[in-house]
Amino acid sequence: MDRCYADALDIEWLARSVNLSRAHFIRSFRETFGETPHRYLQRRRLERAMALLRETDRQVTEICLDVGFTSLGSFSRTFREVLGESPREYRERTQAAPRAAIRAGVPGCIAMAWDRPSSTFGEDKRRTRL
Amino acid sequence: MLTAITHNFIWVFDQDEALDFYVGKLGFEVHTDAQMEVMRWLTVNVPGEPDRELSLLVPQPPAVDADSVDEVRDFVARGLAATFIVSTDDCRGDYERLVAQGVEFTEEPTERFYGIDCGLRDPFGNHIRMTEPAPQPIEPPSPSSAAS
Repeated sequence: MDRCYADALDIEWLARSVNLSRAHFIRSFRETFGETPHRYLQRRRLERAMALLRETDRQVTEICLDVGFTSLGSFSRTFREVLGESPREYRERTQAAPRAAIRAGVPGCIAMAWDRPSSTFGEDKRRTRL
Repeated sequence: MLTAITHNFIWVFDQDEALDFYVGKLGFEVHTDAQMEVMRWLTVNVPGEPDRELSLLVPQPPAVDADSVDEVRDFVARGLAATFIVSTDDCRGDYERLVAQGVEFTEEPTERFYGIDCGLRDPFGNHIRMTEPAPQPIEPPSPSSAAS
């Protein structure tokens, strides 16, 4: 899932790939990783989308398809449900601080690495070091 | 092909105190003083050299992870952190001026074949060398001429 998050993965297929029934697969996955496979995949996809929204100027629709969602509607709905704001709002909010810093003379690499939200969902809390 | 060193970093414990020292005493100019969300980004440059910034950086997150802050501060205070060498056109004059301002020197201006050289400390423990270079090209004395 970590590698193929953008593919059209479905739970049946994932369960078959490890020779488990659908129900058993979901149960074992949850016991092992603390969340359902569906939720895990969704998180991977959203995290990737968040990074692309923050760090690129690509269209929201393009990003949505790129990370494995099949419609902009379900992407935006899921994004808002989990993060409490739309992809566009997230992009504006997270790009504002580093861009303001760069305009004020801070080197781009420093601004992008340090001036970014510190508590986003499921994200590694460690920051990039100098 | 690399083209320039644009930023060097030096650890300081208090940026206002650092400004007072580097700008108020040594004679650097403020290049950038920007309040970022997470920190104050403060750089200075030698007058006339705006393309080479010295960043006065506080060792705290996000520049340094919280667990390493004490270690870095300890290194700086003991004079073990990396610093820099500056050149001057009047080493003795600058020395007199800085001593009068209370700057701590680790070595008085000394005449050497490569110029007049001295050493000082910033308020945090960083060692800085200041040299008035001898006319170029510098010819290191050979062992025999040094003995005579």
